[in-house]
Amino acid sequence: MLSLNENFPEYAVPGAKQVRFEPYADNGGSVVAIAGDDYAVIGADTRLSTGFSIYTREQKKLFKLSDLTVLGATGCWCDTLTLTRLLQARMRMYEHEHNKAMSTPAVAQMLSTMLYYKRFFPYYISNVLAGLDAEGKGCVYSYDPIGHCERSNYRAGGSAGAQLQPLLDNQIGLKNMQNVQEAPLPREKALALLKDVFISAAERDIYTGDCIYILIITASGIQEEKFQLRKD
Amino acid sequence: MSFMGDLMNPAPLWHNGPSPGAFYSFPGNATSLRPTGHTVQDFRAHSATPITTTTTVIGLRFDKGCVLAADTLGSYGSLARFRDCNRLQKVNDLTLLGAGGDYADYQYLRDIIEQKIIDEQCIGDGLQLKPKSLHCWLTRVLYNKRSKMDPLWNNYVVAGVQDGEPFLGSVDKLGTAYEDATIATGLGAYMATPLLRDATEKGPLDEESAKALVRKCMEVLFYRDARSFPRYQLGVVTSAGVTVEEPVELKHDWSLAHMIHMK
Repeated sequence: MLSLNENFPEYAVPGAKQVRFEPYADNGGSVVAIAGDDYAVIGADTRLSTGFSIYTREQKKLFKLSDLTVLGATGCWCDTLTLTRLLQARMRMYEHEHNKAMSTPAVAQMLSTMLYYKRFFPYYISNVLAGLDAEGKGCVYSYDPIGHCERSNYRAGGSAGAQLQPLLDNQIGLKNMQNVQEAPLPREKALALLKDVFISAAERDIYTGDCIYILIITASGIQEEKFQLRKD
Repeated sequence: MSFMGDLMNPAPLWHNGPSPGAFYSFPGNATSLRPTGHTVQDFRAHSATPITTTTTVIGLRFDKGCVLAADTLGSYGSLARFRDCNRLQKVNDLTLLGAGGDYADYQYLRDIIEQKIIDEQCIGDGLQLKPKSLHCWLTRVLYNKRSKMDPLWNNYVVAGVQDGEPFLGSVDKLGTAYEDATIATGLGAYMATPLLRDATEKGPLDEESAKALVRKCMEVLFYRDARSFPRYQLGVVTSAGVTVEEPVELKHDWSLAHMIHMK
């Protein structure tokens, strides 16, 4: 690094504006994942945008990592592409080495390690990992960009994450309610709730919209579903 | 006292790290904790800023292939400096590549791609680089350059036909990549995309209507984009192969201009 002012004072022209290179972009998008007793559902919108323009209305942001694990990733799309490629390669290496597929908690731990490896030039992604654990129970793991990992039963992430999480806290976590009884969440209710929260997100967040791409993970396989959102 | 270094502006503890007594500053973060007015430039980075630039590339997918269009102007800031910058490249019989942004960075990568194709032909097994492979390769090249904070300041649009299906994809200087039926880079994202999406949402296009639509977009862009030019090239890729036509002159009519009064 050379400093202009000290070594080349005549080059530091006040008023001359330079385009500074910014290695990160905010490409928006939201993910919601809900885990039940024997299933996990995860949905992400399909809008890929930058600033006030939409790159494409049909970008899938869910990555099927195995028959039991799905990753939803939003944020800086170029980082997402890179991280998911690397993740898929490392899962294949694990499979060749151990002759079995990686379990969801193992993928969750590896993802955390891979994110922290880039601590000082992070992948600017909000990741939500959903799947079934070794006992066949649904699980959701959420991350911050530098690798903090937490297991939970429901999580919203991405550009509308902060708007959706309180709604999930109330409807699934039964927070701020009196005289409620905890009951296992049926799959149909989780799916309906997921669609509802995305409809609300699309009303308020310009980076969320167009369509939701939903994956339903059960022991018998991964089901796909699409749901239209507002396109403006 | 030069042996003591610059005491007021100590070097960072490690590459891109915090200076002693300062907080870590993320790359590209404007809120740098260095003294104000202290400009730092790494002279190893050759394109921290674009110099000779080109504007929009338009890409449109139709039922049997893709059309690309781009004008031939190389701008030097607001100066219309170079008037014959072709930036549609026939990669092979399957793939057409269009580029916008810094022209020198494009020429650098174009030469590398041309050499890749020659190497491939020398193997002589008849295999060809496919559009999706080129698109993926560009993603990696551009992402690696951006990670070194030395980007190739370009937008690339890859058009082609793979396994009988038309392919249209884009990559920007960060390595952000996506596929879509309509792609317009630069100012075209704001002015051509709405026209293109409107047409594609009404149903599949054939080659002639796709070409006509792209020509219309080039005209609209010429009227409004101050860095555009009336000479442009149009390229088409179908399963029959790639054709890049010679630059054509856009017909423009400014006879209405005297009626527009800006207040």
